[in-house]
Amino acid sequence: MIRLEDVHKSFGRQTVLDGVDLEIERGKTTVIIGRSGGGKSVLLKHIIGLMKPDSGRIFIDDVDIAQLNDRDLNEIRKKFGMLFQEAALFDSMTVGENVAFPLREHTPYREDEIRRIVSERLQAVGLTGVEEKMPAELSGGMRKRVGLARAVALNPEIVLFDEPTTGLDPVMTEAINRLIIDTQKRFQLTCVVISHDIQSIFEIGHRIAMLYEGKIIAHGSPDEIRTSANPVIAQFLSGSIEGPIKIV
Amino acid sequence: MNAISAALDGLGKAMMSYVEEMGRILLLFLSVMAWMFRPPLKARNIFKQMEFVGVKSIFVVVLTGTFTGMVMALQGYHGFRMFGAEALVGSTVALGMTRELGPVLTALMVTARAGSAMAAELGTMRVTEQIDALSVMAANPVKHLIVPRVLAGVFMVPLLTVVSDFCGILGGYFVGVHLLDINSGIFIKNITKLVDLGDIYNGLVKAACFGLILSLIGCYKGFNARGGAEGVGRATTEAVVLAAITILISDYFLTAIMF
Ligand SMILES: Nc1ncnc2c1ncn2[C@@H]1O[C@H](COP(=O)(O)OP(=O)(O)OP(=O)(O)O)[C@@H](O)[C@H]1O
Ligand SMILES: [Mg+2]
Repeated sequence: MIRLEDVHKSFGRQTVLDGVDLEIERGKTTVIIGRSGGGKSVLLKHIIGLMKPDSGRIFIDDVDIAQLNDRDLNEIRKKFGMLFQEAALFDSMTVGENVAFPLREHTPYREDEIRRIVSERLQAVGLTGVEEKMPAELSGGMRKRVGLARAVALNPEIVLFDEPTTGLDPVMTEAINRLIIDTQKRFQLTCVVISHDIQSIFEIGHRIAMLYEGKIIAHGSPDEIRTSANPVIAQFLSGSIEGPIKIV
Repeated sequence: MNAISAALDGLGKAMMSYVEEMGRILLLFLSVMAWMFRPPLKARNIFKQMEFVGVKSIFVVVLTGTFTGMVMALQGYHGFRMFGAEALVGSTVALGMTRELGPVLTALMVTARAGSAMAAELGTMRVTEQIDALSVMAANPVKHLIVPRVLAGVFMVPLLTVVSDFCGILGGYFVGVHLLDINSGIFIKNITKLVDLGDIYNGLVKAACFGLILSLIGCYKGFNARGGAEGVGRATTEAVVLAAITILISDYFLTAIMF
């Protein structure tokens, strides 16, 4: 479904991705973990063609998107939904218009249908009566949830979540995890989730991949990861200061 | 000797980067043209920008136009009186406004007001990933963000120029006739005799070009902003400076071609 082959990316002299190989299975949730600043968001942006790799190939359904022109890339992007780390809501539009945006853009639905879908999607992320608010009037966690509602508005096949639960309270975190699990199951979605929340990782992930020093150093089922002998993974999961991961 | 060659070196580099930037802006222009004719165009977006660029600039344009006309009448009067040609004050003001100052001053005011805002708005959207979000939703950012702004610039700056021309002439009339005692009939007759519609039209063509320049540069700078609030601030400043320079330079060439 999604396959990255030897993807390299540098910004100036800083190498962020240094030969990433990763296969993301169709209809499963793959969680990507890794240290802060390790390049997870950059990796996600490569999958959806927002960034082009310096070298290497990225296949979506056997099409190498690094080679595509804008028009074909747009066709591929219609399969995707994406939640950005900072939500990236359009701040000139109300919350309702934000969630309605992909619907208005790509579906022939009538206004009342759109309104219904929007309020349904917002309800699913625990928000009611916020349609008329502006994004600037929301808390960070609320913005993130609106971003989530917008990302799944079109029922995409593939959804990319950049830290969907960071900044939410424990109850809301659990609710969002449930939402991701339920929608994933119901529509057989392919989900790629970046998360730092160890508990969520094991709850929602069918597969877990760890990005470390520009490479995927492990990729496996939650149990394989949990019991991994790799000291980097062990340190990361236990959150210990001692170990191969340097804090500097 | 070394200082001179270093100075020339610097000048050359500055000119090269200006030309290079113009090339990239031209490419953006081509892509704006390509997207402009691809339906559906969202009328609502376009009207919103027209309101912002046009309606909300009326006040500053009225003020600058009026006072420019007034000061031209005053200056012209002192000059022309030496030859006893006070009667020409009216037509000087009218010609100056319609051919030159109306379009240029309006464009500069709109640059300061709306061109800067375009750069700031698009710049903020860039650094907060809103432009990326548009792309991800398979909505072309050029079509959604830049086309409406460029259309608003091209249509609204000429309309504002009409307002500016009118106010300038009115201001000149007020100063000339009421303060300096030029005969009102002569003042008006000389305007109608010496200004023809071509002067006004050409002024408006200029204004449309300036509107294109300022909106395109504002959008270009914002669209390519990098690096947080500071980057947005830089993009805004650069947009205003580059647009103002380009307007004044192109003004010369447009004038040379048209008049
Ligand atoms: N557009 C860019 N230009 C230059 N450098 C960038 C850019 N985007 C990311 N980087 C750099 O790439 C590195 C990885 O960034 P990235 O955002 O992918 O980290 P991350 O793994 O998502 O971290 P976090 O968990 O904190 O979100 C960082 O060091 C960052 O400075
Ligand atoms: Mg990140």
